[in-house]
Amino acid sequence: MNAFVRQAVSVNITPPVTTAASRENSAPADMRMTISKVNFWYGAKQTLFDISLGIATSKVTALIGPSGCGKSTLLRTLDRMHETVRHSRLEGKILLDGKNILDQDVTQLRRRVGMVFQRPNPFPKSIFENVAYGLRINGSKVPMGEAVEKSLRHAALWDEVKDHLHKSAYELSGGQQQRLCIARALAVEPEVLLLDEPCSALDPISTAKIEELLVQLKDLCTIVTVTHNMQQAARISDFTAFLLNGQVIEFSPTPQLFTKPTDPRTEAYITGRFG
Amino acid sequence: MNPHLRWRKFVSNFMLTMTGLCAVVAVSVLFFILGYLVYYGGTSINWNFFTKLPAPVGETGGGMANAIVGSAKLLALATIFGVPFGFLGAIYLAEFSGSKVAFVVRYAADLLNGAPSIVIGIFAFSIAVHPFKQFSTLAGGFALGIMMIPITLRSTEEFLLAVPRTLREGAMALGASKWKTIATVIVPAAYRGILTAILLAFARVAGETAPLLFTALGNRYWSRGWTEPTASLPVMIYNYGLSPYEDWHRQAWAAGLVLLALILVINIVARAILSRGISVPR
Repeated sequence: MNAFVRQAVSVNITPPVTTAASRENSAPADMRMTISKVNFWYGAKQTLFDISLGIATSKVTALIGPSGCGKSTLLRTLDRMHETVRHSRLEGKILLDGKNILDQDVTQLRRRVGMVFQRPNPFPKSIFENVAYGLRINGSKVPMGEAVEKSLRHAALWDEVKDHLHKSAYELSGGQQQRLCIARALAVEPEVLLLDEPCSALDPISTAKIEELLVQLKDLCTIVTVTHNMQQAARISDFTAFLLNGQVIEFSPTPQLFTKPTDPRTEAYITGRFG
Repeated sequence: MNPHLRWRKFVSNFMLTMTGLCAVVAVSVLFFILGYLVYYGGTSINWNFFTKLPAPVGETGGGMANAIVGSAKLLALATIFGVPFGFLGAIYLAEFSGSKVAFVVRYAADLLNGAPSIVIGIFAFSIAVHPFKQFSTLAGGFALGIMMIPITLRSTEEFLLAVPRTLREGAMALGASKWKTIATVIVPAAYRGILTAILLAFARVAGETAPLLFTALGNRYWSRGWTEPTASLPVMIYNYGLSPYEDWHRQAWAAGLVLLALILVINIVARAILSRGISVPR
């Protein structure tokens, strides 16, 4: 184990989970989502092969792997955002609380499974309206002011924006915009929050804030995050799945994956020999 | 300095001068026209021009109040006829259609945009004038509206497609349906561009004459309601410019000045709208 992995693991506060380290069987029984035998194609090109994973309730699950390994694609299948791409095809089952999401109404599903994207994408509206957006389109009757404040507090942004809620969201810094997008996703109280490399466009300080935030948000919802940053996965996640060429190579509790990888390819990747 | 280098310097300077001159000519055409209009028409622009009806033949004075109101009515109708088709059609093209349909519609719109306005005029005549045996404001508005459709459609589509994909995904990830995403995020993000597109289409048809000769015809008096022939500034310019009377020539110049000023103002407003306020970063 090289120095950086040791350091990365030492920051993780979660004690190592001592379940058996078989490849797809290491997560605990309480699953918010279950991905079973998912295959995925963009046109004729298959990008996911026979993926099976469990997403544990109120935990952070990280998907890591080199560029093009399919981690973002896998994440996007979890709220069916892959359907916005023409000529894509998915086979398999994805269960949310025991029900297949592929049979459900997609707008209802996306209210339960929120998503934060790689680059901050606030709407060209005020800070307040950005957060209220999800509630408004769902015809929510909750008092808007309270709901917005609650979400902004959860996203650790309230203190920075409370005096100018009606300014344009584009006046915020990149890190603030990304936290605004998290607040926007949280406002509709999703059960699962998906994050697609949420820090890749941000500076280190903003990144640290968002990492801290994600660890706190576990109590509110189940989190699945894609990252190309292994230290980040080690710092914030409870479970880590390593993907390579569209396949899950290894899925274990995070400390175990980073300290005692069972597959040589995982070890090669986390020690920086490729990727 | 050797001769070769001297020659190269000469060619360089010569080309610089030529291109500069051409640029100056391109710009000065506008100022030349403006100067001409002000010189000949400026003296005829007075209160009467905006408030009085045309004077009877043989008398001097009078104004073009009926043509100004007529043009306003025609343009209002054209906007009502043309903009909804252009706008909603553009939404379909940008958001729903496949690439094949989009290609066909775009191509058709470009052809329609390039169709000579006189052809639009004769078409509108056979559809909206001939069956009713009546030249009318409605028919004129219809002809101008047809001309607004392709301009509005193409430029609105461009502005809709320029809205970043990430914004669409952001809205859809919150459970917005496709239609809600369009209505609450995409159109608001593009509305400045769309408004500009509509204004420019408006300015483009404001000066059209040929379609109106076939449809709204012209009128020396007030046009009541929407089913009578009506005067309009471009047709007034056409008729007055061809007349043998010195006073009418001056009034034609004045009408040209008013029309050009209107189009300039619309252009400036459109640019101001486009450059102001929140723009979506790409």
